[in-house]
Amino acid sequence: MAVTRYARREHATPFRRGGPETAKIGSVPFGGGSALRPPAVTVRIRPVAEGGGEIMGLRGLLGRWPVVRQLTGPDRHGLGVAVRSPRTDTLRGRVATADRVVKSICPYCAVGCGQNVYVSGGEVVQIEGDPDSPISRGRLCPKGSATLQLTTGDARERMVLYRRPYGTEWEPLELETAMEMVAERVVRTRRATWQEHHQGKRVARTLGIASLGGATLDNEENYLIKKLMTGLGVVQVENQARVCHSSTVTGLGTSFGRGGSTTFLQDLQHSDCIVIEGSNFAEAHPVGYQWVVEAKLRGATIIHVDPRFSRTSAMADLYVPIRAGTDIAFLGAIVNHVLSEGKDFREYVLNYTNAATIVNDDYKDTEDLDGVFSGFDPETRGYDVTTWHYKGPEVQAASGHRIRIGEYHTPGRGESHGSGGAPVTRLPESDPTLTHPRCVYQILKRHFARYTPALVEETCGIPPELFARVCDAVTSNSGRDRTTAFAYAVGWTQHTVGTQYIRTASILQSLLGNIGRPGGGIMALRGHASIQGSSDIPTLYNLLPGYIPMPFAHTDENLDTFVDVVSTHKGFWADARHYVVSLLKAYYGGAATPDNEFCFGHLPRLTGTHSTYDTVMAQLAGECKGMFLFGENPAVGHANAALQRKGMANLEWLVVRDLSLIESATWWKDGREIRTGEMRTADIGTEVFFFPAASHTEKSGTFTNTNRLLQWHHAAVEPAGDRRSDLWFVYHLGRKIRERLAGSTDPADRPILDLTWDYPEEGELREPSADAVLREVNGYGPGGRLLGGYTELRGDGSTSCGCWIYCGVFADGVNQAARRRPHTEQSWVSPEWGWAWPMNRRTLYNRASADPDGRPWSERKAYVWWDAEQGRWTGHDIPDFVDDRPPDYRPPDDASGVDALSGIDPFIMQGDGKAWLFAPAGLMDGPLPTHYEPQDTPCENPLYRAHRSNPARLLYSHPGNLYHPPGNEVYPYVVTTYRLTEHFTAGGMSRWLPYLAELQPEMFCEVSPQLADERLLEHGGWATIVTARGAIEARVMVTDRVPPLRMNGRVIHQIGLPYHWGPNGLTIGDPANELTSIVLDPNADIQESKATTADIQPGRRPRGPGLVRLVETFRRRAGIGERTGLEV
Amino acid sequence: MSERTAEAATRLPQVQEETGYADHPPRMGFFTDTSVCIGCKACEVACKEWNQLPADDPLEFTGMSFDNTGQLSASTWRHVAFIEQRKPMRAPTGAGDDGAGDLRLLMASDVCKHCTDAACLDVCPTGSLLRTEFGTVVVQEDVCNGCGYCVSACPYGVLDKRERDGRVWKCTLCYDRLVDDLTPACAKACPTESIQYGPLDELLERAAARVRDLHEDGVTDARLYGHDPADGVRGNGAFFLLLDRPEVYGLPPAPMDTTRDLPSIWRHAAAAALTLAAGVAAAFALERR
Repeated sequence: MAVTRYARREHATPFRRGGPETAKIGSVPFGGGSALRPPAVTVRIRPVAEGGGEIMGLRGLLGRWPVVRQLTGPDRHGLGVAVRSPRTDTLRGRVATADRVVKSICPYCAVGCGQNVYVSGGEVVQIEGDPDSPISRGRLCPKGSATLQLTTGDARERMVLYRRPYGTEWEPLELETAMEMVAERVVRTRRATWQEHHQGKRVARTLGIASLGGATLDNEENYLIKKLMTGLGVVQVENQARVCHSSTVTGLGTSFGRGGSTTFLQDLQHSDCIVIEGSNFAEAHPVGYQWVVEAKLRGATIIHVDPRFSRTSAMADLYVPIRAGTDIAFLGAIVNHVLSEGKDFREYVLNYTNAATIVNDDYKDTEDLDGVFSGFDPETRGYDVTTWHYKGPEVQAASGHRIRIGEYHTPGRGESHGSGGAPVTRLPESDPTLTHPRCVYQILKRHFARYTPALVEETCGIPPELFARVCDAVTSNSGRDRTTAFAYAVGWTQHTVGTQYIRTASILQSLLGNIGRPGGGIMALRGHASIQGSSDIPTLYNLLPGYIPMPFAHTDENLDTFVDVVSTHKGFWADARHYVVSLLKAYYGGAATPDNEFCFGHLPRLTGTHSTYDTVMAQLAGECKGMFLFGENPAVGHANAALQRKGMANLEWLVVRDLSLIESATWWKDGREIRTGEMRTADIGTEVFFFPAASHTEKSGTFTNTNRLLQWHHAAVEPAGDRRSDLWFVYHLGRKIRERLAGSTDPADRPILDLTWDYPEEGELREPSADAVLREVNGYGPGGRLLGGYTELRGDGSTSCGCWIYCGVFADGVNQAARRRPHTEQSWVSPEWGWAWPMNRRTLYNRASADPDGRPWSERKAYVWWDAEQGRWTGHDIPDFVDDRPPDYRPPDDASGVDALSGIDPFIMQGDGKAWLFAPAGLMDGPLPTHYEPQDTPCENPLYRAHRSNPARLLYSHPGNLYHPPGNEVYPYVVTTYRLTEHFTAGGMSRWLPYLAELQPEMFCEVSPQLADERLLEHGGWATIVTARGAIEARVMVTDRVPPLRMNGRVIHQIGLPYHWGPNGLTIGDPANELTSIVLDPNADIQESKATTADIQPGRRPRGPGLVRLVETFRRRAGIGERTGLEV
Repeated sequence: MSERTAEAATRLPQVQEETGYADHPPRMGFFTDTSVCIGCKACEVACKEWNQLPADDPLEFTGMSFDNTGQLSASTWRHVAFIEQRKPMRAPTGAGDDGAGDLRLLMASDVCKHCTDAACLDVCPTGSLLRTEFGTVVVQEDVCNGCGYCVSACPYGVLDKRERDGRVWKCTLCYDRLVDDLTPACAKACPTESIQYGPLDELLERAAARVRDLHEDGVTDARLYGHDPADGVRGNGAFFLLLDRPEVYGLPPAPMDTTRDLPSIWRHAAAAALTLAAGVAAAFALERR
């Protein structure tokens, strides 16, 4: 590592001979802009005690001899002053002597800790927390603390590597040649696989190319990837958000109108109770956890509900063990407790939720139909959702706007509620007494009536006394004067009912009046530096920037019908046309005119789901021929890792961009299938290009953290060798492709040639300007004026905007995301640190923090309120409401859009302005959450015998993706996966670092002493864990922290598996995802990797072909075939 | 518990004066509050990153809960211990604690104690070990000859020789940061302020208040360790709030300055030598007669 151990300063010694004084070193040349302040460097100068120094020469020389100093000075024992060496006297840290300090953001999880990057002599010499950050306050977790090793360590690749088809080794390749080769492959594959029409409809796309990754990249990079791919007609664009938090978007989006966390980390300090469920908060987001600790120190009750007692549980006041995959039963029972005990916050519920709204007469509940809602078609395994709608007149609005529910519900559309609700009946009937049998409140009561403490015990394994304590804590800490927050992560999202997990929490928090209020809310904890950003500016197949859905071939033939179908009649989502047209202007510039519908026809069309798991199937089928990987490692990190590798082995070409040689880059050489003999390197025709990526310290751009907060990180140094930013790669690739296609008259090439693709280049490396890209994202008005917010957007082509929800990030021509006013110099909300969407609001729906009359619910919980004198909303945060709309405003019946929002509609993106207890639209598997068992489960569904699992779940029947028979004894144990503090996701940024590798050096499994007895497992020994998909080995950790659960006399054991390991890097181990299957939530296409079943046996797994035989033996014993587990 | 609190507020000796620093900053140190430690090990990594320490070999699973570091060493100057216990965090209140409710996971970041009476300092024959103007104890890497006397002298087993290098290494309390008024790397990184750095007198007051709060909250196990100038090392420059007896964390319950008895040993040896000499002299004198 190119770091000098101790940098020295020649002229400023901290230990000088002279009188007592203190010197302030102000001359340390810190650079990087006026906003950067050098740390206060105070040097204490020690006074002279031994009176030497004035006479130089012999006496001076002698005086440096420690013995003389000891005998003549005050340090007679020679323990201090007398024995100081010259080196000690002149010692300075490399932070104090650095040439400059550059402001950056940690590249690991989505807490978004501020970092100071210290540069000396053109090299990064130290990376530390930035004390100015209001989120992290200068602190970093072990991963953040290891970023110096991440960015300057020798694990990073430096040059391009090439594997020719059927080749057995990497070969060197010139960067320029590699770029030309990739451009040639893209053009060739695109042409060969171009689909102008599909099933009689125009689709204008290619399914031959896919792109995966983006959550670890900058927003600007995601923007260019999606723009280029869309221009090329590539629809299979996906990133980690699919496999991590896509169900957050659908769950929170349908409930409240936006798919992001409703609150921000710092606000947790104001909670009176925090329920952490489905999250290993302290381990996966340690620096964010400081706000939980802060709340605890202020007296809050912390509850952790989890299959494992982890480092998160250690700090909790109450730990509640739960069977993985049963949270809806648990949360539903709290909902039932609240409803049956009348503990809901009635005034909040009446005014701010849809509790009083009457539902269509044809609606039938799962309680009526034994496990399915009305509209279910067992043939298609899908719902016709029309019966779920509100009861009301079917009015044709003057604008021609009508509700097209049937057309609206197409696969993947649920995520378009990331910032905009689903369309609903205008002016529905309602009953403010909440007694009408078909009002939402009564439907909710009936639906959850059987979710009792007894059911919780039988299903989740939670004793009734413990459950009662949770109910008490949550309800006694909710109301006018107290608030409870929920925090979750992928423990909730990664299920076949992931969306509905989050819906259940949304219902509960709405009933308790905890949304939009300080210390309340639902904190969605995201796990990649910009995974929120890669959802907002999506590299996702079903979304365009700002949660505008990708058009469907069957319904969205032209701009008018498209806008008509996706937008709402009321609220800010009614202006969807402005947002869509402005995006098209940003994409296609001058080519987009009113006459050609602003090039709406250039957008490729969807015909079904094209999630990353569908892409794997397309690869296996030979349909998808080329793929890009941008910092994502599916060979370890995605469900059914073996199928991921087999899919890649069927590609013609693969481009991998990463810091190190991750498993997804080397599977053709040393993957598990090569070792078992299932594949031979010499038989694999995939051409592999490895491009070394630039690190976050080598490029500028924004990350969007888990608070929806955009934070700009400045480049500190230039990348070395062939390392380049993803912005560079995508920009120059696009340039080369466009050069190749220049002059083409093929109409299929029009979209790519019409793209605006002229970004300023900077420096010798010709790095495109991230600043210019962010300006395009922000959007321009007439005359090239940077827009100040999305309300300025127009649908007539006069404005352009790359992502309407990010409009305002460059307000007043200032990069608002780069603002770094220290938290100590502003309010606790810190509105001048970075920029949050929407419109820099930190707590969403904060109108709800005031009562219907606009007064704070209580003094203690005051946040945003109506200032009658000023005629405006005001408070600690920017009001998430129409600025000057009085609380008593009620719109006329014929009002539409923003004008139709009443003074008591805090959920301004929703079609009715309310939080949805019942979701009349937007979801594919039910308007209310229902407990269904996971796909692989040891248990019956005690509620519905006819439907054990979600009947609308997405199954992938493939010989390589077999499911377990329900309740099968061959795979008797529940398996759940989790993160460790010391590692990161699929390991690409942690397993290669010595400082992190040594902290968690081997893959292990956690089992209870009882399970260890049952299966003869030895603590510290080895175990083999087997499912129908594969088998892995792990070191055994026998611990009380994974308690067996007692469920009506039956004992269920659970096994905990960290999922970080793979065969490459410094610390190696088997990936947990060898065990998981591909079975998805129908709303969000997210896999069920948090709950499956397995067997565990003592000892290591077989090597070579024996491994395949072992898995087969288990399958045979369980009687598994391709139809197993496909029951509706 | 009031005696404990009173104890905690006691001031630790300002050792700098004993080592020739006439005018000096207040004695600085660490207060590690293990009751808010989340076991993230940021301290371990931040320490290694700042001090550019080598990673420890071999990469092997220890099975000691989340701890794979094992102990402080020449290359690991912060070590987080994990202790899984069947014991409720709070004293039982009678309300139904069951099953997992009585499980607790204790986490504590250990470090060099920077003793008031530092035996390592006393035994060092080269003057490599040094008391700084902040009252901390550091090894001067340009002076150390690797004799290892300090290794056996340390009552906590902190000092360790790096075999490939031949010298002894330990926590410097980031002396090279303190000279620029910067917080030590571990304390700066700590996400939950479990590791606090500052003037020891202030830290002691804060620690006493924290113990009081925890006791009021029913966490009656909370206690301070290493804060007492009356203990065998006259108190530590790095002291701790623990939730169980020190030995549970692998800390010596009654650490003793291993050189404490040296003067008395020397006195006895001198007396014996004198006696012997006198006897011999007497024998000769008697002989001549």
